[in-house]
Amino acid sequence: MRRIAAITRNPLVVALFLSLAIAGCANKKTPNTAADLGLGGASTPGSSQDLSVNVGDRFFFDTDSSVVRADAQGILARQAQWLNKYSQYRIVVEGHADERGTREYNLALGARRAAATRDYLAARGVAASRMKTISYGKERPVAVCDDISCWSQNRRAVTTLSGAGS
Amino acid sequence: MKRFLRAMFAVAALAAGMTATAILPARALVEIDVNKGNIEPLPIAITDFLASNEMGAEITGIIAADLKRSGLFAPIDKGAFIEKITNPDAAPRFEDWKVINAQALVTGRVTQEADGRLRAEFRLWDSFAGQQLIGEQFFANKANSRRVAHIIADAIYERLTGEKGYFDTRVVFIDESGPKNQRKKRLAIMDQDGAGVRYLSNGNAITLTPRFSPTRQEITYMSYEGGEPRVYLLQIETGQRELVGNFPGMTFAPRFSPDGQKVIMSLLRDDGNSNIFAMDLRSRTTTRLTNSTSIDTSPSYSPDGSQVVFTSDRGGQPQIYVMGADGSGQTRISFGGGSYSTPVWSPRGDLVAFTKQSGGEFQIGVMKTDGSGERILTSGFQQEGPTWAPNGRVLMFFREAAGSGGPKLYSIDLTGRNEQAIPTANFASDPAWSPLLE
Repeated sequence: MRRIAAITRNPLVVALFLSLAIAGCANKKTPNTAADLGLGGASTPGSSQDLSVNVGDRFFFDTDSSVVRADAQGILARQAQWLNKYSQYRIVVEGHADERGTREYNLALGARRAAATRDYLAARGVAASRMKTISYGKERPVAVCDDISCWSQNRRAVTTLSGAGS
Repeated sequence: MKRFLRAMFAVAALAAGMTATAILPARALVEIDVNKGNIEPLPIAITDFLASNEMGAEITGIIAADLKRSGLFAPIDKGAFIEKITNPDAAPRFEDWKVINAQALVTGRVTQEADGRLRAEFRLWDSFAGQQLIGEQFFANKANSRRVAHIIADAIYERLTGEKGYFDTRVVFIDESGPKNQRKKRLAIMDQDGAGVRYLSNGNAITLTPRFSPTRQEITYMSYEGGEPRVYLLQIETGQRELVGNFPGMTFAPRFSPDGQKVIMSLLRDDGNSNIFAMDLRSRTTTRLTNSTSIDTSPSYSPDGSQVVFTSDRGGQPQIYVMGADGSGQTRISFGGGSYSTPVWSPRGDLVAFTKQSGGEFQIGVMKTDGSGERILTSGFQQEGPTWAPNGRVLMFFREAAGSGGPKLYSIDLTGRNEQAIPTANFASDPAWSPLLE
């Protein structure tokens, strides 16, 4: 994580680096991704790996904010396009908070981030009926350290696939 | 449950000892004024209760530890004792206890009844006045010997401070194990001193924010069981669980009303904001208390049930608000620099404890219920979630020091001077204090 902290000073380099690094960790501890369900790897178009690695399944928020930042709009536009193309999936949008807030408030903040993400995708044509939101508050950090290099990665929304819809 | 416990702890006053005076003065010479800012702990000699086994020393050890952790008592080292108590029914040689400045003295005996029950007798003496202050006996199941010790410690605390004790209480909390990004969070319960830990959930689902019922052996908490974050009720003794209400979105931040008949909590709205609702547990009717496009959460009733204190970010950042129990008159009370959350109304009704974030630190503090008189009790890298001891004199909270890897539980008294770590095997968070057991 120290290396990440050092590189974060260049935001352009980091966006790609982080999405790769974090996607790697996230898959380890998230069963039921499309990949686990046998839906293919990073090179397979339409797979969960395709979404997380090639499209970008997450973006980050400012402290105590649920406003979708300008630098996240590109990722969300690509996500919407991808989700509209692969319309067989149901979608769970996760909202997360960093640890610099109290537990209950952060549950609410994560919920607001998930809703903002869902609304953004819906406005770009992803059917609301396919989407569900869940807040994990500060209970599921991906980056573990005691400074801002980690906190900024934990304030996130993650678009996940819950498998092919019926 | 209440009836069961009452029967288990039959209490009887012992006939006063040999020095018994006709009528004791309303308050003997030895006393502690808990309202004084800087309290000098009272020197107290706690002699091993006479017993045929190690039970006597065990019980007195627990009593001494309770009183010491309160910060109000300084148990005297047994090595300094001059008189060896051989008959706890007889008056001690007060001179021997005055010499070592034992202002108060505790003597007692533990025996086993024919039916197997434990019988604990104790007397509290004022050495300088040469008087017995308390003489009581308790009967209990052998498995409850620790509770007997806590009950005796409460009796001593109450007699010498004039305040109710808080030692015969339990704490529900979240036991945390495993790496931080895959933390296992289990519901657990223990005595207030950290003994007797018992797990109430298996840790397969994230479990958070347990709170005690003020009237029953019941807790309310939030769990991600089945993938949906929801508020539940759990009967501690039977393990019976039930969902609180059937709402379309996440429910969280539950707390009981003072009569135990309602659960007040946050319900997520479809627009991503959260409002406060109360649910009557008998009629199952729900009442909306707030209706704002903001985060309204962490509600806590005043002890008379007429008001609710809560967190809202309607003003831009989280602050503390008070409203009537029907949602009327919502008024902001926190105005210090920084943000405020997790307000909890004191069981005495006079104060609200909170978590404050300012200057990159987390602080635990108290303010009057109109927001005046703010006092910060402790400040640090990360700490939150105060819960009141039933006598309103002590708070428990959880703290994670930078680099420590996880949170642990601590208690602090209202002076802010007496902080104590609560021993737990694993990391621990979200403590909630029970009322005094019955």
